Amino acid sequence: MLDVTKIRANFPILQVEAHPGVPLIFLDSAASSQKPAVVITAMDAYYRQMHANVHRGIYALSEAATSAYEGARAKIARFIHAADPAEVIYVRNATEGFNLVAFAWGRANLEPGDEILLTEMEHHANLVPWQMLAAEKGAVVKYVPFLPDGTLDMDAIPALLTERVKIFSFTAVSNVFGTVNPVKQLVQMAHAVGALAMVDAAQAAPHLPMDVQDWDCDFTAFSSHKMCGPTGIGVLYGKRVLLEAMPPFMGGGDMIRRVTLAGSTWNELPWKFEAGTPAIAEAIGLGTAVDYLIGLGMDEVHAYEQYITTYALEALSEIEGLTLLGPSARQRGGVAAFTMHGLHPHDIAEIVDKDGIAIRAGHHCAMPLHHKLGINASARASFYIHTTTEEVDKLVMSLHRAKKVFRQ
Amino acid sequence: MDDSIYREQIIDLYENPLNYGELDAPDWSYEEDNPLCGDVVRIEVKLGADGRVAEVAWRGDGCAISQASASILTEEIKGLTLEEIRNFDKDHLLELIGVPLSMARVKCALLSLKVLKAGAYGIPDPAHMREDGL
Repeated sequence: MLDVTKIRANFPILQVEAHPGVPLIFLDSAASSQKPAVVITAMDAYYRQMHANVHRGIYALSEAATSAYEGARAKIARFIHAADPAEVIYVRNATEGFNLVAFAWGRANLEPGDEILLTEMEHHANLVPWQMLAAEKGAVVKYVPFLPDGTLDMDAIPALLTERVKIFSFTAVSNVFGTVNPVKQLVQMAHAVGALAMVDAAQAAPHLPMDVQDWDCDFTAFSSHKMCGPTGIGVLYGKRVLLEAMPPFMGGGDMIRRVTLAGSTWNELPWKFEAGTPAIAEAIGLGTAVDYLIGLGMDEVHAYEQYITTYALEALSEIEGLTLLGPSARQRGGVAAFTMHGLHPHDIAEIVDKDGIAIRAGHHCAMPLHHKLGINASARASFYIHTTTEEVDKLVMSLHRAKKVFRQ
Repeated sequence: MDDSIYREQIIDLYENPLNYGELDAPDWSYEEDNPLCGDVVRIEVKLGADGRVAEVAWRGDGCAISQASASILTEEIKGLTLEEIRNFDKDHLLELIGVPLSMARVKCALLSLKVLKAGAYGIPDPAHMREDGL
């Protein structure tokens, strides 16, 4: 099992106090993870020793920057088992990945009456771009329902996956329930009716071994900042044949082959989708984060999260009046969303913050999910490689204290 | 661990809100939510013949701060004119709530005032109506 003490020493922020004399207990990695020192150092070193624009200069410094920027892409391709680094497009975050596909693929390929299939457990990033596309193209968005235990209603899918469905986009891991969906099976179901499959891997890439060729998905997107990397960069993976056929997303420098006053032609992959000077330091930071996770071993990361999540679900379920959302630990990633009788999630988060514990309160960018559950909000603790059982115990104590404050 | 924001009065009002409910034929009824957390507040107001608030009621779902704030605000505006409601100072409401609030929680505290004012600006001022001879 992972040596958590050693891992904790890798994260400088874990030495910070939440309030004077109160150590930080960070249980909000699902919103954005903390960064190991190696990532921060790599970005600092880039700016101190290597910075120049990429793909432009003939001089040595620009070549070094280009080589580091492209080297990071190759690392990411290996991390997700892409067949070719050219299938790894740098974007700002998973959200931009969805917008890119909805805009570039969707506008070129959708006809009025076509259908887009999503699920009721999606993050707004995998909802809103498709709703916008559907409104523009006269397409219809449909949703696979979830069951009371927070798993997808697999039996409902065949009726929804009609031949009118052009793309089925779903999350690999729910950011509220933590549900780990059967990605490979869902992709196969989409392909069986001739639809494309896109996977939201924002909550998968940081926590599970990922193999896009095994999934056989057409597109997937994830964010660097949830997987130990910096903000401002993320990845869109797409199958080469699809990316080749798609028009560009944004126009500008670097994405062109030739520009004349009469018109332009596009650069080859992956640069066709990377207009303008990119987030170079961030790409290098993400490459380093990927090295760090590979060093730990994604199987080990997943096993540790299963351990800590099982521990947390048991401890939380013993609190009277607390209702956990989502399936059993066996089927879920490292998140535990819950509600408490007589306490609003905001008040829960405020009280545990006084004990130095950072949890999320709100709808976690999944309003339709909460609406279906008949609640406005939930509290969510999420766990990562540096979370200890002692931290979970402290959360439980703090939640008991919150109940007392609210006379529950 | 300083829980001073959850002093007795706040918890009391959360458990037993004041002016909670709805009115028959209010002069205005307005609802809004806080997109950060999904908290919802609806406020209904009925003005008397003198143009002052005769009855007020609110409904909502949210955290202790937003809910306590709605009770405190609706108590405070009884007898005020439309103009006085439109000029109601947010700092006055924060003083009445009287607990230290972080930036995020100030939004919760001011949700009810936002709803009240949006409603108040949505209807013509009876005072002005009289001035216009209507």
